[in-house]
Amino acid sequence: MNFPSWTLLGQSLLSGIFIGSLYGLLGLGLSLSWGMLRQINLAHFALAFLGAYLTFQLTSVGGMDPLLTLGLIAPAFFAFGVLMQWLFSRFSISPFNSLLVTFGLTVIIESLIQWIWTADYRKMDSVYGEMKFKIGSLYVPLPELLTLIIAVTLSLSTWALLRYTDLGKAMRAAAEDPQIAAAFGVNEKRLALLLSGLAATFAGVAGLCLALSYTLSPSQIYAWIGVVFAAVMIGGLGNPIGPLIAGIVIGVAEAMTMALISPAWAPLVSFSLLILVLLTRADKV
Amino acid sequence: MKLIKKLILSATGVLLGLGLQVAVAAPSGQPIKVGGTLALTGPLSATALIHKLAGEIYVEQLNKKNGLLGRPVEWILKDDQSKPDLARTLYEQLVTVDKVDLLLGPYATGNILSAVGVAQKYQKVLVHHTMGIPSLVKYDMQFPAWSVGYDPATTVTNTLLDALASTTKFPKTIAIVSSKFPSVYMMSVGMREAAKKRGIKEVLFLEWEFGNKDFGPIASRVKDANPDFIFVGAIGLEGNQLLDAMKKIDYVPPMQYFMYPAPGPLAKAPGAERAMAGSIFEQHPPFTNNPLAAEFVKIFNERATKAGLPDNAVETQAAASYSAWQVIEAAVTATKSLDDKVLAAWLKKNKVDTIQGKLRFDGPSNFGDDLLRVKQVQNGHWVVVWPKEWAAPGAKLLTQ
Repeated sequence: MNFPSWTLLGQSLLSGIFIGSLYGLLGLGLSLSWGMLRQINLAHFALAFLGAYLTFQLTSVGGMDPLLTLGLIAPAFFAFGVLMQWLFSRFSISPFNSLLVTFGLTVIIESLIQWIWTADYRKMDSVYGEMKFKIGSLYVPLPELLTLIIAVTLSLSTWALLRYTDLGKAMRAAAEDPQIAAAFGVNEKRLALLLSGLAATFAGVAGLCLALSYTLSPSQIYAWIGVVFAAVMIGGLGNPIGPLIAGIVIGVAEAMTMALISPAWAPLVSFSLLILVLLTRADKV
Repeated sequence: MKLIKKLILSATGVLLGLGLQVAVAAPSGQPIKVGGTLALTGPLSATALIHKLAGEIYVEQLNKKNGLLGRPVEWILKDDQSKPDLARTLYEQLVTVDKVDLLLGPYATGNILSAVGVAQKYQKVLVHHTMGIPSLVKYDMQFPAWSVGYDPATTVTNTLLDALASTTKFPKTIAIVSSKFPSVYMMSVGMREAAKKRGIKEVLFLEWEFGNKDFGPIASRVKDANPDFIFVGAIGLEGNQLLDAMKKIDYVPPMQYFMYPAPGPLAKAPGAERAMAGSIFEQHPPFTNNPLAAEFVKIFNERATKAGLPDNAVETQAAASYSAWQVIEAAVTATKSLDDKVLAAWLKKNKVDTIQGKLRFDGPSNFGDDLLRVKQVQNGHWVVVWPKEWAAPGAKLLTQ
């Protein structure tokens, strides 16, 4: 066996970091709603793809800059997240039932996407699509770099929000013990609406990153669920930075497996890591 | 003179009468039900949509003529959601509840195998259009319109190597990268053997699980191996994903072949110029010299645009679907029967003229000739380049 070149290893490492940051970005909203709202929101993936298709539409047909589409998509998704939480609260949907309800919602959103954009593949043409720069012998594609920057920025901002602001402390308190938090004047229901809106907004942002780098197809919604769930569980529920770190660890491990062994072994990596984490630190998950 | 005038008038009357009779002869009576499923939702839905359009056009054309046996044709189409288990249930329904007269296969190998099981149980003829692994179907009343021959892993790969041998740049080294999706994996394994026999050195063989998302490391490994030729055993979107990943590291292989790509998106992808793939039909002469094919192309182009498909061209998938309907029509018309055993017996003894060429069903598992040609992206469009008799006018295989 020939030892792979340093360029191959370096390029694969970059590739793993980039896809890992997307796992982390997709996992951010999921982790918040699962850990702090006790909702296993499968519709998060469908929302991300809806965001991707809307970005595609606004860019390819509407002629907007992809990054500017967030000005329309983020508020709309925030409103959707708030509405969803209001309905969940109104009908007292339990954590287990949230899994079923959001799965139904996923199917509805997938059908809606297919109805509007058909099942055919869609690739967004954007000014960023082919931009890349070179560091030594390594190529850094701009769309992937943007995803990394966005994922790091959002994860750190959310972490700082939850850790250092009164609003964030109230959110954590409400997630920890709603009754005691309420006794201290925390309006748990309002904060839940805000948190759900935020999680849906993150899905919209992840959609932008998907549209920048990937060819879209409605059925791709399901392709991301397994690995992102693994990143969220390894990273810790309700932890804004955990999914990003876990995502990058998974992404790099997968990429190195592809570079050094075989691409066919890569899917085993995320779930092997998940099993390992569940065996060794189940109490932290 | 009067007699001649009378004769002319009578003849005109007869001709007009006949003409009118032809014009007004619409199908009547109980409709003939043709049942089938397609993956209208789920991971295979992008391609199944093409089959739906092709089928709708065919049935419409059939009913505009005289239907089948003078009766209108009704296509009962169900959505199998790309799931073989659901396809099996739906075909059971089609036979036992909808009581269809004839069966048409679903899209893609897994679902076809399910449908074949049901057809065998009820001893129905099943004409299907996209069976990728011929050796898996043993039922003697199934008939493929997907003309890749019984052993495509050998014949398709050798056709490709023959095409490459016709150029001045026959590859010395090859990288074979493949999805583990069964029908493409089989072809990749076939390419390994075919390349070895022709003295091409294999510098890389990689396989990935269907559904892989990160093609970056695979692209880097291909670049590192620096082959003269890449055989990409990819299905659907995977070909584009690999091409995107190669483009991101500024790598364009000297020659590349994609087994079952999404043809429209691939042709438009950056870095796809001169990429090759297999095809049974492209919308250019000599294929469109057949008036039926030309008419189908025209209608399909319009309908596909109207349906919002990003690529409206007729190629392998649409042509295979159309051919499957042609097989059904030919057998029913020739035998004037809907009896499954009669239809099957006729099909085994006769060739059917379709838009992709003549199909025969007298080989192993009722597969006939391998009609898969080699096409190439030239100026952003697919054109058949091999064999020469099917090449687009003036087109030949180009190398970098």
